[in-house]
Amino acid sequence: MNAHSTPLLRVENLSINLPPGFDREFAVENISYDLSAGEILCVVGESGSGKSMTANAIMGLLPDYLKPSGGRILFRGKDLLAMREPELEQERGRSMAMVFQEPLSALNPLMKVRDQIAEVMEVHGEKNAETRDRRVLDLLEYVGLPDPTHLRDAYPFRLSGGQRQRVMIAMALALEPALLIADEPTTALDVTTQAQILDLIRRIQRAKGMGVMFVTHDFGVVADIADRVIVMERGIVVEQGPAADVLNRPKHPYTRRLIAAVPHREDHGAKAAAEGEMLLEVKNLRKTYRSGGGFFSRPRVVNAVNNVSFTLRRGETLGVVGESGSGKSTLGRCLLKLADVDGGQVLFRGNDVVPLSARAFRPLRRHMQMVFQDPFASLNPRQTVGRILTDGPVANGVPYAQAESKARELLDLVGLEISAYDRYPQEFSGGQRQRVGIARALALDPELLVADESVSALDVSVQAQVLELLQNLQKKLNIAIIFITHDLRIAAQICDRIAVMYRGEIVETGPPEQVFDAPQHPYTQGLIAAIPGLEWNPRLAVV
Amino acid sequence: MTFFKRYARNYGALIGLAILLVVVVLAFAAPLIFPVSPWQSVGDPLLAPSEDPAFPFGTDMLGRDIAAGLAYGARVSLLIGVISTSVAVVIGVSIGALAGFYGGKVDDLLMRFTEFFQTIPAFAMAVVLVAIFSPTIVSITLAIAVVSWPPVARLVRGEFLSLRSREFVQAAIVIGQSGPRIMFTQILPNAISPIIVTASLMVATAILTESSLSFLGLGDRNMMSWGFMIGAARTMLREAWWMSVFPGVAILLTVLAINLIGEGLNDAMNPHLRGRKG
Repeated sequence: MNAHSTPLLRVENLSINLPPGFDREFAVENISYDLSAGEILCVVGESGSGKSMTANAIMGLLPDYLKPSGGRILFRGKDLLAMREPELEQERGRSMAMVFQEPLSALNPLMKVRDQIAEVMEVHGEKNAETRDRRVLDLLEYVGLPDPTHLRDAYPFRLSGGQRQRVMIAMALALEPALLIADEPTTALDVTTQAQILDLIRRIQRAKGMGVMFVTHDFGVVADIADRVIVMERGIVVEQGPAADVLNRPKHPYTRRLIAAVPHREDHGAKAAAEGEMLLEVKNLRKTYRSGGGFFSRPRVVNAVNNVSFTLRRGETLGVVGESGSGKSTLGRCLLKLADVDGGQVLFRGNDVVPLSARAFRPLRRHMQMVFQDPFASLNPRQTVGRILTDGPVANGVPYAQAESKARELLDLVGLEISAYDRYPQEFSGGQRQRVGIARALALDPELLVADESVSALDVSVQAQVLELLQNLQKKLNIAIIFITHDLRIAAQICDRIAVMYRGEIVETGPPEQVFDAPQHPYTQGLIAAIPGLEWNPRLAVV
Repeated sequence: MTFFKRYARNYGALIGLAILLVVVVLAFAAPLIFPVSPWQSVGDPLLAPSEDPAFPFGTDMLGRDIAAGLAYGARVSLLIGVISTSVAVVIGVSIGALAGFYGGKVDDLLMRFTEFFQTIPAFAMAVVLVAIFSPTIVSITLAIAVVSWPPVARLVRGEFLSLRSREFVQAAIVIGQSGPRIMFTQILPNAISPIIVTASLMVATAILTESSLSFLGLGDRNMMSWGFMIGAARTMLREAWWMSVFPGVAILLTVLAINLIGEGLNDAMNPHLRGRKG
């Protein structure tokens, strides 16, 4: 793009100190970069890399205990760090605006959409209510919201995640800023919605000639949207350059490592179809949720799982893919009887487990284990890792001493120190905790493992390690895995077969090659087309 | 940071702890300091404080030592406060845990039962119970326990409801732990801090309730208590202010101390909340 024009934003040797007691001295250290009008600059990094911190520093949104200790942030030649608060307020919103990650918490739940957008204009001196109103309508239409005349009177909770993010973008655009900062704006959204929002940001940026700073952790998104890229690691900019160079010819080892960890279907070795014996047969499984309903109103009925059937053999991995609300997690919970089933059969080793009472099913539980999504919520904070790992075997009648020695073996197997046994979950990182979660599931020698979004909360490099661990364990122990995920790239990488769920039904099943290259159902086609960075092959970049 | 260090950051809580320690020592040492029963006349009636150095807090209309009454009253107050709270916590935690964990019909039934108790004014019910079972220290303690468990049950139910849907509890179900085991080893330890904080404040309420009962003449006739002393003094309010003021101050300080401790425990057990206050 116009790399020769004067930069809209120039960050020079910016350093922000962390208070003592943190693992490093600087949140960001000595970073410098330029952002020109009319370009999209992606800031990529893993959690804790300081990528959001630079965005917040530009907007003056740093918490009190963090102060920039050196450097300058020049916005159109003026140093933002030297400005007083009133001057800064003039710039914020008017010439630079921000879109946040979680649109629900960034919008005031008690204010109608039109009032929230109009407020931005009012604060910045637009006194005429009629002008404001007209502008709100224009903006809502501009960001592609359906039926803006009605939608402007809605409260945020009535909108879907994607619609809320569009409202946020409309607010940010209200005063036609020259600089838009987007901090992980699509992370909380489904892939198809994400693709639309990315499109929107790109379109607006082209039309208005804005400079966009886009903070993300997802290299696929970077490949889709970035003109230039900055890669951050532990507060330091390790690499920056045009998107094509960084993505396809990464120089810094950290960038190479990150890109190598991006899930991609190329990794899927041509594995022979699993020939193990049949382990699980699900026939016409149904689960409906009823909510509300009283004397005068009919209850709202949602078919969370509708007539789902599939089979699974020993040693096989079935990917269940779908967007939020597709019923994929409910399916996993139904299989393990964490949720009641409304109809159908779940044949485990030929026996239907659906009619069993909780007490009768308990002895069978050890054969079917689960790895949960949230590595922080899934471990009891008041128990040591050892206790967490031995609880299961002890509950199933294994003597404690035997359970203990097994737990220590498992820690080794999942790649943790044996000394982890006596420590509490809080002392571990997200990836390590997820390893504990996997070890807990394996402590019972299960034959079936349900992994519900088990790597979604992890950074991409940790994600790759955990996926590799799961694959190795499967090979070693011949476990059948049901891998529930929203990320098609991961499913394509590790699954033997993929089942695509949409509104409670499996609309398509098949090996990854078939689902990817010749998707039959229109929903699958849309899903595949929305995968970020579809055209970019990270494997070619790091050969 | 250790638990006590976090606790000690709250100066009010330290002061509360100091006051309570004095009361506890006084209660335990009462028979040593005042070998004579507090019901015994030991001096001239209606001696004002410091009129006679032997009776620094004065005497009542029958010549009983106010200081001895305060010391022995501390025993009754603390005893009733601690025991009735323990009983109430046991009842409340059991009912709340069952309701929150099993939900559905069990929850409906237990919560209606709880509401039944909540709709009756607590103090009126305590008066009725003590009157029916004749006022002894046992009946008073139980009556206070019976009227004060519903808030605990509601609190515990709420905690259990939210904790039981957490992933680590789901994980405990998946590994095959039984219901009671999950309640005791997985959920209860995570719900313990709000229970302790509430219990500490309930001790204060129990002391006040006991005083009120004694004031109305529904105290144990064999035990001197602060509430009884105030009740006995009400006819002499103008002539002998010290008869009611000192027991009143004793109640005030003890209840205040316990409240301060409760707040300190709350801060120490939920450090992130304290940080938010600044």
